[in-house]
Formats: sequence, C-alpha cells, structure tokens
Amino acid sequence: MLRKGIALAALGLAFLGSPALAAHPTPVLKTVAWSFDGPFGKFDTAQLQRGYKVYREVCAACHAMSMLSFRNLGEPGGPFYDPKYKNPNDNPYVKSLAKDIQVNDIDSDTGDAIQRPATPADRFPSPFPNEAAAKASNGGAMPPDLSVIAKGRTGGPDYLYSLLTGYRATPAGLTVSAGQYYNVSMSGDLTSAWTGDHHKVPPGGVIAMPPPLEDGKVTFDDGKPSTVDQQARDVAAFLYWAAEPKMMQRKQFGLGAMVYLLIFTVLLYFSYRRIWRNVAH
Amino acid sequence: MADTVVGATPDPHAPGADPSRRDFIHIAAGAAAAGAALAVVWPLVDQMNPAGDTLALASIEFDLTKVEPGQQVVVKWRGKPLFVRNRTPEQIAAAVKDDNAALRDPQTDEERHKPGKAEWLVLVGTCTHLGCVPTVGGGDYGGWFCPCHGSHYDTSGRIRKGPAPKNLEVPTYAFLSDTKIKVG
Amino acid sequence: MSGHSTYEPKTGIERWLDTRLPIVRFAYDTAISFPTPKNLNYWWTFGGILALMLGIQLVTGIVLAMHYVPHVDYAFASVERIMRDVNYGWLIRYMHANGASMFFLAVYIHMIRNLYYGSYKAPREVLWILGCLIYLAMMATAFIGYVLPWGQMSFHGAVVITNLFGALPIIGTPITTWLWGGFAVDNPTLNRFFSLHYLLPFVIAGLVVLHIWALHVPGNNNPTGVNVKSENDTVPFHPYYTVKDGFAIGVFLLLYASFVFYNPNVLGHADNYIPANPLVTPAHIVPEWYFLPFYAILRAVPDKLGGVLLMFGAIATLFVLPWLDTSKVRSMRYRPQAKLYFWIFILAALVLGYCGGQLPDDPVIAQPSGLILLDADINSFVWLSRVATLYFFAYFWIILPVLGLTEKPLPVPESISEPVLSHPATTPAGATASPEKRG
Repeated sequence: MLRKGIALAALGLAFLGSPALAAHPTPVLKTVAWSFDGPFGKFDTAQLQRGYKVYREVCAACHAMSMLSFRNLGEPGGPFYDPKYKNPNDNPYVKSLAKDIQVNDIDSDTGDAIQRPATPADRFPSPFPNEAAAKASNGGAMPPDLSVIAKGRTGGPDYLYSLLTGYRATPAGLTVSAGQYYNVSMSGDLTSAWTGDHHKVPPGGVIAMPPPLEDGKVTFDDGKPSTVDQQARDVAAFLYWAAEPKMMQRKQFGLGAMVYLLIFTVLLYFSYRRIWRNVAH
Repeated sequence: MADTVVGATPDPHAPGADPSRRDFIHIAAGAAAAGAALAVVWPLVDQMNPAGDTLALASIEFDLTKVEPGQQVVVKWRGKPLFVRNRTPEQIAAAVKDDNAALRDPQTDEERHKPGKAEWLVLVGTCTHLGCVPTVGGGDYGGWFCPCHGSHYDTSGRIRKGPAPKNLEVPTYAFLSDTKIKVG
Repeated sequence: MSGHSTYEPKTGIERWLDTRLPIVRFAYDTAISFPTPKNLNYWWTFGGILALMLGIQLVTGIVLAMHYVPHVDYAFASVERIMRDVNYGWLIRYMHANGASMFFLAVYIHMIRNLYYGSYKAPREVLWILGCLIYLAMMATAFIGYVLPWGQMSFHGAVVITNLFGALPIIGTPITTWLWGGFAVDNPTLNRFFSLHYLLPFVIAGLVVLHIWALHVPGNNNPTGVNVKSENDTVPFHPYYTVKDGFAIGVFLLLYASFVFYNPNVLGHADNYIPANPLVTPAHIVPEWYFLPFYAILRAVPDKLGGVLLMFGAIATLFVLPWLDTSKVRSMRYRPQAKLYFWIFILAALVLGYCGGQLPDDPVIAQPSGLILLDADINSFVWLSRVATLYFFAYFWIILPVLGLTEKPLPVPESISEPVLSHPATTPAGATASPEKRG
C-alpha cells in the first residue's frame, strides 16, 4: 500500500513538472552548463567580473538594477570579493568602481540636487529618473529592472542567454512593426502576425530591445575573446548572481544541514528499531 | 530514559543486549535532536543583528565654516546626533585648566580633539548615562547639561557631575581639509 | 483530559503545581503516557510532522515580520532586503516559503490517510471537523501570505480570489469593496492582509489544541479500524511513537531541506519575482500547487457564481463527510470495492491539480478532436476538469453513501492484536521481523 502511495505521489509530481502544452511553437530555450549548477555549484568569479563589465557598459544605459549596491560586488561570492576585506565597504577595488559612477544626492548645505561620485554603500543609480521617462526614451516600452530578472523569468539564466543570442533576421511572411525585433527566444504568439503556412508559425516573439550585444563591444580585462556568445553567457551569469547573491552560502549551509539530518535520521531509525524490537505489531 | 517507560509496558522479552550500547543509540539520537535545535536557533538570533545595509551606512562629510565660534551644530550620523562645536579660547582654557581636576573618566583636553585643532570638538551627542541628548551651554561647567537625570559635562565634554559614568564619546573622524571633516 | 491519568507528581513543586494548574499532568497524559494503538503505520506520523511544520511557520514568520514592510512601495524591496542584507534572511525566507508547501503536502497526506482508514467516522466526527477547520484556516493563511511579497502573482492572485466574492448576488460588490478597503487591491488591502496573516496562524494553533483534545477522547484510529479492546492493543506514546514520529520527521525534513537549499524557487512561480504592476496581468495566472485542484473546479463551471459555489462546495463537502459514508467498517483494508473507488478519487484529485495548472482550452492530447461539446472542445483541459470534478463530488455524495449499504466487506478482525498474532511471521522467534511489514 505504501508502495502504491509513493508511485501515485511520483505520478503527481511528474504531472506538476511537465510543461504546458501550447498550441503555438514554444520559444527556443538553450541550456548552458553553468558553473553554479548542481548542489556543489559555485560562481565563477572571472565570469562575474566580465558579466559586470557587460552590464555596466551595455545594459546599464537603459536597465536599472535598483536593489544592488556597489558593496554587494565585494561580498563573499560576488565578482570582486577579496578575503582581505571582510567589510566590502573597505574593498579598494569596489571603492574605485563606485567612484567612477556619479549618483544623485542633495547638498546638505544648500539643498540643491547635485551629483557626486558613488561610495560602496550607494545603490546602483537608475538610468532614468522615473518610469515615464524610461518609457518615453524607449519607444513606450519600460526596460525592466534587472535586480531579480534571473529569478523573474522562467528558465532563469538559460532564458537570458537564449534571449541575448536569439535575435534572427525576420522570417519572410512575419509582420514586425517598427521599433520591434524578432527574437526566437522571446515569449509570445506570432500566429496573428504570420501570413505563411498556419502550421509553420515561427517560434519566439517580438521584443522592443534592439540587439544589445555585438562582437568586440566590451573589452574583457582577462583577455577572453569578446564574442556575442561570451558576452551573453557572462552577463547572464552576473545577473543570476545579482538575483541570488547568497547562493553559495545557501548550498554550503545546505550540505552541512543535509549531512546532519541524514545522521540524525539514521540514529533515530536505529533507536526506533531498538525500542520496537519486542513489540508484536 | 527509555528503560523506565519500556518497563511499564507489556514487554515479555526483556532485551538481553548490552544495555550500554542500547542507551548509546538513544542518547546519540537525543543529542542530535538537541544539536539540530541549537543550530537552528543561531540564525533566528543573528537575524536581529544589524543587516548588511545597516552596517554599510555611509560616513558623512561636514563643512566646518557653518559653525560660528562659540556655536554648536548638530547633525544626524548613524541615527544619532553628532555635536560639532567651535570652541572659544576661553572655553578651551577652561577645559585645559581642569585637565588635572578630579575627573570621573580622566582624559586631558588634548586627547579629545585633533592635534592643532583645539577649537573643534566633535562628539557623539548622547549622554553616557541613558542616551538622552544633552543641551549645549548648560550645567555647572558650561559644557553640556543632560536634562533627563542631571549630568553635567564641561567644555571638553567630560563628565563632571551627575549619574553618567563616561565622557561624551569622540567618534572616529578626520580632517579632509582645514574646513572639512569626515566622520565615520 | 479523558480517562484515567497515570501521572504521579514526584517532587514537591510538581505536587504543588498539580493541585493548582495540572499542566504537567496534561503534557504527560498527552505526549508521554497516552495509550496509542501499537499497529499505527507511517501514515500516522504526519500528525507530528504537521505540528512541527506549524511551529516552523510560526517562528520563521514572526522573524520575517521583523523585517517586512507592508506597504505597496516597499513590500517587494523589503523582501529582497531580507534575502540580501538580513543575517540568514535568505534561509528564513526560503524556509517559510517552502515550509508552506511542505505544510500542505503533509496535510494532504494526513487527510488522505483519514479518508482511507475511515478516521472521520464515529466517534471522531468532531476531530475530523476541527481538522477541516484547520485546513480552511491554512488555505486562508497561505493565500494571504502569498500576497505579501507583492509580486505580479501576489497582486493578480489577490485580485482574482477577492473577485470571487463579487459573484455573490447583491452583496457581492459591497463585500469585495470592503475586503479591498478601496476600489481595487491596493495598499489598504496589503496592510489588512499582513495583519490577518499574522493573526490566522494563532487561530490555527488554537484549533490544533482543540484537535488534539478531540483526539484524546476517543483515542487514535488505527489501520484495522477496530476499536482498542485491551491494554494489550496499545503502547504508551513515549518512547514508542515519539521515536517513530521523530524518524519520520527526519525523513520529511530531508525532503524539506532539499527544497530550501537546492531548489528554493521550484515550487513558486517566476512571475512573483516581478514587482506588482496593476496595469499588466501575467499571461497565465496560476495559484500555488496546493490550490490547483480547487482552481480547476472553479474553472470547470462556465458560470461565475456556479464556479465559486462549486469550489466552496468541494470544501464544504468535507465537513459533512462523516454522515455521507454509511459503511459500518472503518478501514478500507476490509472494503475492496471502496478501495478501488478511493484510488480513482486520488487520481481524480491529481488530475484536477494538473488541469488547474494548464490553460483551460489547451488540448489534453496533442491532436485536437474538433468535436465541440457545449462550449469547448471535448479534448481540452476544461472537459477533463469537468469529468474529474464530477467524480470528486460523486465519490462523496453518491459512491460512499451507496457503497456502505451495498458492498460486502471482508471479515474484520476481532481486535488489533488478532491480525498481528495470527500473522505467521510474528511468533516470538520472528520478533525481529521488519516492524514496517504491514498488510
């Protein structure tokens, strides 16, 4: 009976895990072997550093990341963590990165709005003062905040990588309005914009963001070839770190917790067997 | 612990196994449960300590030209008042004169300001008794007077009379230029 | 609470307290000496697991409330601050979020065990009804709690569920306006939801005390469904069931920890990491997995009021179950026919859960049939939901009442000890036979 119950439970979980059947083709999702996959996965510091550079030099022009502070870059697991500086606010590299960026402030003497170099305690400044300005500068589409984007999209970093490398020439027969770009990994249903064979609707959707990356657009300090694929990979990894900065602590803590619980459970099992050994039941 | 209760049950086949080994399993299981409970308690306690953003509270810079001689300006720093006082020569002299008086928390005036900047006194503005904010210029010594429980501080911020145990705290600060300090 | 108490105060202070507030006696009678049938299997360990989960949810929730800000402008950011800046905040929040799922997993197993072994039947009707009340309060708490992070699913889930009350004639609109404290889900709604989310768990804790009280009057049911006849049928709760429950708790915690540490977001929905935006609805609104069967029932009915009534009817049915089942035999171990219908019922509930996560008009099998029945293609999730919903209600309202009168149950043992003693493997020589081996 117990076995039957487990089988049924497994069946239920299999149901829950299966993707929804869609009438139109599903967007392309490429899976990447990330360094942070699996229970022992760790962030690749060099990759996060490259990813930060891509974000700073490309994405930050339009996308805010309002939940991150410069100090986060120097925290354990972060791209510029240095074990010498337990307090990330003292990390000189993080300080210099922050100093390069101007943030808004109020002059405490005059009350005037001013700009000053950022400190590690400052949040990443947003490129637009408010949502309306962001929309007005981007053809009516609000560039989403990237702080937790890697958790806010199904597929996470795989999706971000797929989207950034998913731009293709518009297929003949697909109507794409001005200011929109065809992307095989964007979610959507192109059936209504498709004039070709009804059974061959192209996968993907349209997106208002023009292809942001191009070969050589960012120069990597570690000499990695700066291809679109590499940039997309690195920035997706960086965004995953940004969304889940405590991942390494979590998995480390988890290992200890699992081992402890396993020992605890085994001990209890033997204790249980011993106590019950003489009871007919 | 198991023995007593097992004994109270219909248990015709009393275990013949080595009792010390049997107890070991139960004690180990109980200890593991207690250990797990303790391990869970620490995160629950630690979460009430200052969070990352609180610890990262920025240091502040302050322009001294705003403070007239004999005046004090109060600014907020890390949620607490910070006294920046521009002392007159008479006030400095009064403080230095008492360096060898019977002090509860002995410190010379020289130790309480930056070298060569005797006119500038920077203090955390909370009474060392129970945290009230002392008023400037009051009390028997012309420094500060705490209205809550009557602590008197002199013009160097040293405790002279009343219940407070310590001098007003001097925070970590540095002169960036002759007219600008950075606190924290 | 009931029966004869075997507690004997040993020290002077215990005697002093016992004549004034017999709280030690109460704890002793409840958790130490309580005579418990000796044949309970692992399905009976979920009561202890549920008590632990309630404790975990209470403690982590109180801690989260120290950092959470119930305001539409700050709620999302305050949750992210817990994840990033608060010491161990990530652990506490993931424990709370996944703890809700684990709590429901355990409560569903606990309820299914009741259905199978007939634990709701006399004299345990009040025990069962208190359990249903706990379940109802859990659903309210979980729904309200899901709103608090103020993500897209939080917000639009709150919109959809509160709008259910709008289906009621005449009073519908005033009730939704009253629930919202405005003309839409907004800051007043979030504030009151936070308050209620803090209150309801304590209501649950109070109901749990009553639930345990009601358990200790008739005592535990057991896999045979036969009443306890003599002291030979029972063992004291401690150490026999404390250690067995402890072992089951260990296994359950391993599952829980694997979610918290290695897959903390798999039971949630990605859209809830997008801050709430009242102007854009997510493409596909789905509740958390534990509500999916009810969501499927709601959508199976093409009428707003009808769907709402049927959904609440599914829960209300549980309350009257003790009077719907006419069988004199408690355990389905001795009811082969009922057992078959029972497993079909479990299947129907799983199918409903699956349908709740799908788009109603999507085809179940890849090729659409093209056969339209009433309002939808027969090969669609909405029709699958309808079939499963029909069975869900038929099981309680037709099958259980009729079956109890018509079926021919297998012979029921005289006592709990009888099937054990007659079991060939449990002669004294075989005393070390696996204690898990049960019929």
